[in-house]
Amino acid sequence: MPVAAKPALKKPVDTMSSQGLASKKASKGGKGKTPRGKDMDDMSEMGEVGDEWMQQKTMVKPDDQLELTEQEMKEEFTRILTANNPHAPQNIVRFSFKEKVFKQVASVDQLAIHFTLDGNMLHKDSDEARRQMARGGLAEAPSEPAVAEGEEKAEPAAEGGEGEAKPEGEGGEAEKEEGATQTAPAAKDGSKKLTNQFNFSERASQTFNNPYRERGTQTEPPPRVNFSSTANQWEIYDAYAEDIQRQEKSKEKKGFRGQQESTSRKKISAIESQGDDISRIEKPAKILERMVNQNTYDDIAQDFKYWEDVSDEYREQEGTLLPLWKFSYEKSKRLAVTSICWDPKYRDLLAVGHGSYDFLKQTRGLICLYSLKNPSFPEFIYNTETGVMCLDIHPAYPHLVAVGFYDGSVGVFSLTEKLQEPMYKCTAKGGKHTDPVWEVKWQKDDLDNNMNFFSIGGDGRVVSWTLVKNELLCTDVILLKLDESPADGADGTQLFTLGCGTAFDFHKQTDYLFLVGTEEGKIHKCSKAYSSQFLDTFDAHHMAVHSVRWNTFHPKIFLSCSADWTVKIWEHTSNMPLFTFDLGSSVGDVAWAPYSSTVFAAVTSDGKVHVFDLNVNKYEALCEQVVVTKKKTKLTHIEFNPNYPMIIVGDDRGYVTSLKLSPNLRKIPKEKKGVEAAKGPEVEIAKMDKLLSLVREPPPEKK
Amino acid sequence: MSEVEEMLKRIQGHKGVIGIIVVNSEGIPIRTTLDNSTTVQYAGLIHQLSNKARSVVRDIDPQNDLTFLRIRSKKHEIMVAPDKEYILICIQNPSDN
Repeated sequence: MPVAAKPALKKPVDTMSSQGLASKKASKGGKGKTPRGKDMDDMSEMGEVGDEWMQQKTMVKPDDQLELTEQEMKEEFTRILTANNPHAPQNIVRFSFKEKVFKQVASVDQLAIHFTLDGNMLHKDSDEARRQMARGGLAEAPSEPAVAEGEEKAEPAAEGGEGEAKPEGEGGEAEKEEGATQTAPAAKDGSKKLTNQFNFSERASQTFNNPYRERGTQTEPPPRVNFSSTANQWEIYDAYAEDIQRQEKSKEKKGFRGQQESTSRKKISAIESQGDDISRIEKPAKILERMVNQNTYDDIAQDFKYWEDVSDEYREQEGTLLPLWKFSYEKSKRLAVTSICWDPKYRDLLAVGHGSYDFLKQTRGLICLYSLKNPSFPEFIYNTETGVMCLDIHPAYPHLVAVGFYDGSVGVFSLTEKLQEPMYKCTAKGGKHTDPVWEVKWQKDDLDNNMNFFSIGGDGRVVSWTLVKNELLCTDVILLKLDESPADGADGTQLFTLGCGTAFDFHKQTDYLFLVGTEEGKIHKCSKAYSSQFLDTFDAHHMAVHSVRWNTFHPKIFLSCSADWTVKIWEHTSNMPLFTFDLGSSVGDVAWAPYSSTVFAAVTSDGKVHVFDLNVNKYEALCEQVVVTKKKTKLTHIEFNPNYPMIIVGDDRGYVTSLKLSPNLRKIPKEKKGVEAAKGPEVEIAKMDKLLSLVREPPPEKK
Repeated sequence: MSEVEEMLKRIQGHKGVIGIIVVNSEGIPIRTTLDNSTTVQYAGLIHQLSNKARSVVRDIDPQNDLTFLRIRSKKHEIMVAPDKEYILICIQNPSDN
């Protein structure tokens, strides 16, 4: 203790001096007073007492103590105490990235921590302390008066020492007091907790336990349906397709709100009205009907596709026609076929117009559209009041059919609309013909992109009809004036006598050029540009011209047939026919083949079909065949199918017969062996030219 | 509406046709020209086969769809024309004279 009272500075000296003194003590042999230098100044009586006690003790010298001489012991060593940490490194070197060199750290940390202990004392006013107090007991506000109370109660309790003296009277307060006492010590740091035997009371009471009651309800289980489905690739695809459709519809709706709503409403109402109806199976029913027909007419279908007449190899030039399907409709049995036309787009669809050629017996008319896939029943049927004399399907819009009637009117049917009436019909005021319309033909859209068609009628007018909005506007293209000089009319106007036009055909390449056949037997070459004059006139036949046809490939050749039993081939620059064929009976119709410039076919009133190929035989038909079962049936029309090697023939009993051409009739001449037969219009033209050069009179070498 | 009725009548009256059955998407026959037991049998079996056939076609190419199905047997031919909601079945004897 006396050593501790001294400043540390003098420690080493102290030890040395104490040792020195101790040795001195030993050398002196123990006296009452032991001079300890400065240390001894502080010594009180106790030191002296201690001395005596200490004198009895003998100095113990450890064995390994340094043996030093007295002189050495007296030597004073100066030791300087610094605040430096002796264990701290003195030369810490760090790499300086700035100078890219190792540099000595200037000053080294000298702090040495010997011991750390984290305390957990809080100042009572700090936030954390307040929080703890609030958590521990009552809130701070009531705790203060409670503290005061507690103090008051504590004081008398402490003084009295009998907390039980007033237990009942202060029952409630005592409880408060307890609470207060508990908080009070927490609130007040340093106040003692008064939970001793005297003033500590515990109170307890038993409350009534409410009886438990169980209550439950049972609901009806929600209706459950078992759902199962497969997740296939195609189901996923379907879902995506539906989604896309819905999105597109919503896009459209945004664009055309008003229109779309009204049309969608109509659609919805239509669907609703169908409901459970059988009409929803229309499409599969159609497919089924076709399947059944395919079965029934299976052999015909096979023939159509695959049959080639083998015997043609043995017959040099002749060919045959194989009868395929026969199209008929019960209601058309008494009506003659007045016109047939293949659909340009749908290769299996053909349109048939029914009417009557008999001037005295005029009945209603019928338009039937058949498909090759279903020969037993037409796809579309339209009933008309007057006989249909001609029809034509628009090449670009296959749903539009232009029709010419016996009463001189024309109409346009639209196949997509489920109307029995034509979509457009001309009126008497609108310039309809006064005699039957013998031919109609669609033309290219005019400058305003309106569809238009031409018609030729028995009243001698060639009229152009334009479809403008909902009407047909007519324009007279040309009047078929007869050669006689115009007679003077009543007012001084000149009256022209008009011939009767029976046929016309437009040139394939030059749009404005067309031919008109008349009842007088003349053929006029006309142009759309010149409405008053003909470009040329041919004295073709002695009787009415039934049909004129331009050659499919060659731009100068055309064909005409007439009731005078002849078929003539012309070159439009020359007045004389190149070829004349006498067929023995009134020729109803004639048609060029679409695949060759030298093949054509004609039908006659004796029920025969004649097929010619000028390249093979210039004088005779390659095939002359009766195609109708009953004699006395007159064949009225013939058409080649543009895609398949077949022809259709209409007769005056209302039947349409389809026939397949045998290979001999479809010959394409071989150039040489090994060289592929070239195809194409140029070849066809060249073929024709070669032929013509043989036929034409040598001197005027016109081409 | 009556067009479809007429069409079905025509098919029924066609040469060699034994009967027609119209089945809805669940396999329940709606309309038939055959007797009850045969109808039920055909409806149940053909409906499953048609769905399987359609599944085959569509699995190979989801953009494709089944147009019709013919099952030719020794005695006659069963023709199935499926649709989204209905299946039409027709039994015909093709070589009937």
